[in-house]
Amino acid sequence: MAGVSTAHRPDSAATTRRGEALIEFLLRASAAIGIITTVGIVTVLLVEAIFFFAEVSPVDFFTGTRWSASILPYAFGVIPLITSTLMIAFIALVLAVPLGVLAAVWMSEFASQRVRSIIKPVLEILAGIPTIVYGFFAITVITPLLKATILPDLGTFSALSAGIVVGILVLPLVASLTEDALRAVPRGLREGSYALGATRWETVRRVLLPAALSGIAAAVILAMSRAVGETMAVVLAAGTNPQLTLNPTESVQTMTAFIVQISLGDTPTESIQFKALFAVGATLFAITFTLNLISAWLVARYRNVYE
Amino acid sequence: MNEREPVTKPSVSQIGASAPSGATEATSASSINPALLLENVSCWYGGFRAVREVSLAIPRNKVTALIGPSGCGKSTLLRSINRMNDLVPGFRLEGEIAFEGTSVHSRATDVIDLRRRVGMVFQKPNPFPKSIFENVAFGLRLLGETTGIDALVEESLRAAALWDEVKDKLDQPGLSLSGGQQQRLCIARAIAIRPEVILMDEPCSALDPKSTLQIEELMRKLIRDYTIVIVTHNMQQAARASDYTVFLTMGDDRAGYVVEQGETGKIFTAPQQQLTADYVSGRFG
Repeated sequence: MAGVSTAHRPDSAATTRRGEALIEFLLRASAAIGIITTVGIVTVLLVEAIFFFAEVSPVDFFTGTRWSASILPYAFGVIPLITSTLMIAFIALVLAVPLGVLAAVWMSEFASQRVRSIIKPVLEILAGIPTIVYGFFAITVITPLLKATILPDLGTFSALSAGIVVGILVLPLVASLTEDALRAVPRGLREGSYALGATRWETVRRVLLPAALSGIAAAVILAMSRAVGETMAVVLAAGTNPQLTLNPTESVQTMTAFIVQISLGDTPTESIQFKALFAVGATLFAITFTLNLISAWLVARYRNVYE
Repeated sequence: MNEREPVTKPSVSQIGASAPSGATEATSASSINPALLLENVSCWYGGFRAVREVSLAIPRNKVTALIGPSGCGKSTLLRSINRMNDLVPGFRLEGEIAFEGTSVHSRATDVIDLRRRVGMVFQKPNPFPKSIFENVAFGLRLLGETTGIDALVEESLRAAALWDEVKDKLDQPGLSLSGGQQQRLCIARAIAIRPEVILMDEPCSALDPKSTLQIEELMRKLIRDYTIVIVTHNMQQAARASDYTVFLTMGDDRAGYVVEQGETGKIFTAPQQQLTADYVSGRFG
């Protein structure tokens, strides 16, 4: 018996090694595909953007305050698109951050196990609704509601409705990530606080929120990145009227909404509008990428404190 | 089982009372009026009984050590005194714990007030992610103190034998200190609000021998003003630092119960129970 198994061992070990090598190759290939695709997209984005900048100077693009891609005279100053995007993201965060953080505090520190086991899946469902449904919801519910109550003159499309609906959309993200950050605070800190006679709310306010601050900040920035990149809800709710304004009741066009407009239309691929698509896309990518980097940095710093 | 006098008249004979076979004679407890009185305390986690019918008197201004093997319910018992187990879902307590004659677990008890009077130091040092100063000031700020905080922080840090090491860096994070310093910071934090009792849950288990000795010396000083109850795995620590020792072990149902209690010297040199003798001599546990 022993002889047989010894005789077989080298052979089977070789087979194992071949299998191992194959699996390793497949894993490498899978990882490589992801990386190659990403690099490819970024490259195309940048190369096409360079073609655009051959016709429109980057200075005009980044400092221009008029955007008119479909009506002559054409103008490609990206600032109106950026400010609209940021205004909507700002409105969204004003709504989503306080509500999301309070919801997370409640779920993590006050709700019973049973209630939490119901609320969490509901939040996750909220996060799973297609964003175009949110856009539709903004036009059919939020805008009419605003008109009927505080803003009778509100048009069909407005940055306000878009901001509100994006706020609802990123709320689960803020709540879920904040809850993770709160739960990651070591139990010892809670006990230390309670043992000194702190109430639950005092513990939340004086110990848990400060301890989870960088995690919460990361959640907020990620939510901002999501709000900036949000497309369908914003296209439907904010409209396609590129203008430089900080008035949230106006219809505006965000960067993503412009991209949708050009992608859907019959814009010729050689046209300046089509090339502008990539310049705007690259700018958008730069913004969200930077936000995600900041968020990742905050999360990493947060981990270092306790581990 | 119940050979002791009623709670209403706490007497010297408390210590030794709960031993299943009348283990120790209650000759030792010097406290006529104990700070804490536990009577027939059983602790449950859901359907599991972790502690069975423990009766103890904790004498004032002494160090009482709870010793015993892992899982015998020492920490559960300790954490029941300031109701830290309230935070554990499914926890339930039977029997009676009286602190200065008042029930700890009744509905009428103000748990916030209880925890201010019965402080706690944990196994793993748990300074808040705040400055050294703010860690000590934490409890004072909760109490709404606005004046004299500086003086109280200094006094507490001195009492915790940490002042000389940190007086020049009070604004630095508590987490920047060494493990032993962090634990003394936690002690300073606990005594800043002038509790009457300090519960210590294996306070030295994460510390090196030198820091451990510092904490033990500190405990001996603190009993002038405080009553200390310490849970420890370290028998040398119990022998060195405590006045009274309570030995618990697990029954067949894994519920912890008190085998023997008495003056520390007696428990270690002349235990009445075979189980105690085996444990303190290192043959078991």
